[in-house]
Amino acid sequence: MKDFIIPWTDDRDLGTPAKAGPPVTLTIDGFEVTVPEGTSVMRASALAGIEVPKLCATDNVEAFGSCRLCVVEIEGRRGTPASCTTPVSPGMVVHTHSDKVRKIRKGVMELYISDHPLDCLTCAANGDCELQDMAGAVGLRDVRYEGTENHFAVRQNGEANPRYVPKDESNPYFTYDPAKCIVCSRCVRACEEVQGTFALTIEGSGFDSRVSFGARSDDALASDCVSCGACVQACPTATLQEKSVIELGTPERSVITTCAYCGVGCSFKAEMRGDTVVRMTPYKHGKANRGHSCVKGRFAWGYASHRDRILNPMIRDSIDQPWREVSWDEAIGFAAGRLQDIQAKYGKRAIGGITSSRCTNEETFLVQKMIRAVFGNNNTDTCARVCHSPTGYGLKTTFGTSAGTQDFDSVEQTDVVIVIGANPTDGHPVFASRLKKRLRAGAKLIVIDPRRIDLVKSPHIKAAHHLPLRPGTNVAVMSAIAHVVVTEGLFDEAFIRDRCDWDEFQDYATFISDPRHSPEATEMLTGVPADEVRGAARLFATGGNGAIHYGLGVTEHSQGSTTVMSIANLAMMTGNIGRPGVGVNPLRGQNNVQGSCDMGSFPHELPGYRHVSDDATRAIFDDLWGVTLDSEPGLRIPNMLDGAVDGTFKGIYVQGEDILQSDPDTHHVAAGLAAMDCVIVHDLFLNETANYAHVFLPGSTFLEKDGTFTNAERRINRVRKVMQPRNGYADWEVTMLLANAMGAGWTYTHPSQVMDEIAATTPSFANVSYELLEERGSVQWPCNEAHPDGSPIMHVDGFVRGKGQFIVTEYIPTDERTGPRFPLLLTTGRILSQYNVGAQTRRTANVVWHEEDVLEIHPQDAENRGIKQGDWVKLASRTGETSLRAEITDRVSPGVVYTTFHHPDTQANVITTDYSDWATNCPEYKVTAVQIGLSNGPTRWQEEYSDQAARSRRIIPAAE
Amino acid sequence: MSSDTDAKLVRMANQIAGFFDTQPGKDAVDATARHLVEFWDPRMRAQLATLVEQGGGGLSETAHRAAERLARMQDA
Ligand code: SF4
Ligand code: SF4
Ligand code: SF4
Ligand code: FES
Repeated sequence: MKDFIIPWTDDRDLGTPAKAGPPVTLTIDGFEVTVPEGTSVMRASALAGIEVPKLCATDNVEAFGSCRLCVVEIEGRRGTPASCTTPVSPGMVVHTHSDKVRKIRKGVMELYISDHPLDCLTCAANGDCELQDMAGAVGLRDVRYEGTENHFAVRQNGEANPRYVPKDESNPYFTYDPAKCIVCSRCVRACEEVQGTFALTIEGSGFDSRVSFGARSDDALASDCVSCGACVQACPTATLQEKSVIELGTPERSVITTCAYCGVGCSFKAEMRGDTVVRMTPYKHGKANRGHSCVKGRFAWGYASHRDRILNPMIRDSIDQPWREVSWDEAIGFAAGRLQDIQAKYGKRAIGGITSSRCTNEETFLVQKMIRAVFGNNNTDTCARVCHSPTGYGLKTTFGTSAGTQDFDSVEQTDVVIVIGANPTDGHPVFASRLKKRLRAGAKLIVIDPRRIDLVKSPHIKAAHHLPLRPGTNVAVMSAIAHVVVTEGLFDEAFIRDRCDWDEFQDYATFISDPRHSPEATEMLTGVPADEVRGAARLFATGGNGAIHYGLGVTEHSQGSTTVMSIANLAMMTGNIGRPGVGVNPLRGQNNVQGSCDMGSFPHELPGYRHVSDDATRAIFDDLWGVTLDSEPGLRIPNMLDGAVDGTFKGIYVQGEDILQSDPDTHHVAAGLAAMDCVIVHDLFLNETANYAHVFLPGSTFLEKDGTFTNAERRINRVRKVMQPRNGYADWEVTMLLANAMGAGWTYTHPSQVMDEIAATTPSFANVSYELLEERGSVQWPCNEAHPDGSPIMHVDGFVRGKGQFIVTEYIPTDERTGPRFPLLLTTGRILSQYNVGAQTRRTANVVWHEEDVLEIHPQDAENRGIKQGDWVKLASRTGETSLRAEITDRVSPGVVYTTFHHPDTQANVITTDYSDWATNCPEYKVTAVQIGLSNGPTRWQEEYSDQAARSRRIIPAAE
Repeated sequence: MSSDTDAKLVRMANQIAGFFDTQPGKDAVDATARHLVEFWDPRMRAQLATLVEQGGGGLSETAHRAAERLARMQDA
């Protein structure tokens, strides 16, 4: 409801959070106001347009009632209650500006100001300070307590002031200046309620109380703080202040846009001064994030102006030459010429392209359009291949559509959550914060992951069950859970009869009831104690609304698609589909993974997940584009590289992806790239793939273009241009230049025209337009005649495919086995402060949290090999070896090692193999048999690699 | 064609057949063949057909028969 009451562009602070309840009518200063029950008098006043002065209240945390600035008079009640902590009641008559409360407020402000330095003119928050505003609002004119004890003077009465604490500047993005603190505790509450980290506390009491980053640490950086910035945003003064504001001054305008990092898709206000970003503030009407963000989106945007960014197009004849800076015309002409020569010599299907899950929907649509309509083949793929392609296959087979079923708000109504193969606090931090809030309110959690991820146990949260399975046994564990549900009769018969095919379920039930699937029978294989599995299964089946959230730990396996289907089976058999609080929710890696899949990036699917062999669908595009599309599926990324090695695939256009670093089996990728005649890299930086490129086309950042991203909830969010592209062109324009050089004749002048083309050709997007997005802020597809308001939740009245389909999911072990040579299992993941291959985050101050990739090893495995904390270890698999430092921890089980893949110096993918998901070729990143041993430092390969990379990055600037 | 990618194709085809072999009440050969038509580009399918002509070393029975069916479909 609240979204309709408040226009989505109004982001005033209403003082206390929104409530849902039956309407209550009261009178405030003579005006009648109707608000939901449970609303505070302060919020009701604000909704009526009456601002009650306040300091300790802000509308994203619950009221605390400590400053007493917001007092009001209520007829028939004694005294002056705080309006922030007083809920409305029917017929209440409130006076917010009586003489009595005005006097109290002045007195309160006088006390505050007497312990506050009066350096407003030179303060970073000047003009953006609530203390300043309130002093003005209450009409404070003089302060009578000068010279008394205070917290802000460095010296007092000629001696060091014992109460003075110097500024803490340890966090790279914000400062903490205790001298300016009014101890309103908004920061503490934001850290607890919004972020859920509990890094801040108020220490001491009375005049001695102050905010602390925890007794265990000396400063903010060393504390538990994850630098989400919620406290900075909540702070009414300059106590917690963005360093960018200290440096650049307060912003003068703002533009609503969308974070370009992860699949949560947080909405932000880009706050600007001229064309410089001063800060990014999460937007409170952003429906994915509801005013919260993580360190990446809020702070890590400095890469946009990093000196490594390439701004001029470059070409070279062969990859052993240095780069030559050239004009756009020359670069585009060179690229188009090479691609056309290849096609003349090796045939139409000898080239292809890769769309980016980091770019906008419009850009992705144009790249696949160029490949299909201009290159004349279907050799298009996207980085989603290597992460969520099994989601597409699995959910389409079982439910009929390749997408998550819920919106993020749904978690507020969840009672039991399964998190499998995902690490939300690192990978999807804002979702994690929302989940943790729900868990603190009593929902139960089941974690299925080889590692003890933070969610298993963190402040005020403890998983009911953690199933630490052996990597590669997802299907066996999911089957064991389903076995318990079916054999103990815990399934939802009414739902299955109504929404699925009962006979099909019978077949499935026969299969899964076989004792070989029981938790006891699979315990040896999975390493998970049978009673834990039984407990988890019973809890999920009987605990109320059950939701399953999963990540790449599910998909990136040889049985990735099978695991997705087993998740869908579990949701269907327990009746957890089609309403708020339940569902199957893939946590998408990159910001626009969902969108790039929707937009027809896959070689077998046109936009909207329609197979290329479907004549009717091709006819729509044939007519509009004036071409005849190929009806045969094209090559997937691994197939393109195989083709390159075989000499049948010769040219590739790669937009915004670093396949050399992010794809498995680096040696094979390198061999494939090296065998091609034309590699075109379109990116912000000279990434690792560019070492093998002949053409480099500079890209633009999300701040420099218009478009849309689609997040994990199918929500289409606007990306808005806040500054001109530093490289001269937005990415969609660059693709258009290349397509036109090859004869396309496109004439787009704005991405909105591309969206119109998408809507005209793709039924699930039929009603989507920039006008609609302007009006609504965002919309979740399907959005068409049948769902004009979009679809927060899918499969409400029936599955998209009709009846939900149960699929038999036999566990088939991966070919990747441990043995005497490679006795350990390596699994990979990511951490909070870095993003994917790290090309962006490594170029921000986020490196203070993660300077290098490390290898997590269980103490027992480490001891057997004489490895100590911080030692260099060599990590070897049958495909390659690399070295990195050891981190000894019992987060991983014995026999399992773990690392991230954020840094090119480590190249963890030298180790990973080319094994892949049976249905989609999604690589098996999560299981590699390895051996580890002590080493003296980087391997020879790593050293050679950095030499080669340095050589291939030489640039000869254009002659002036 | 390198034997490396040949071996990879065989492994991929076997994986697909391996899944459909476990599906009750379905013709695994037909399902495998259809999966290959739906997801493999024509050149990969042709390469697999050539492998079958050369004896199809390493292909599982279902994969082998699916590949033969593909070859017939291609000829037709
Ligand atoms: S930045 Fe976030 S985690 Fe750190 S103290 Fe502030 S609210 Fe807590
Ligand atoms: S740091 Fe800011 S938000 Fe926290 S108590 Fe001090 S003034 Fe309030
Ligand atoms: S990285 Fe993800 S969670 Fe963090 S701000 Fe961006 S979209 Fe939100
Ligand atoms: S704002 Fe109500 S007591 Fe501080």
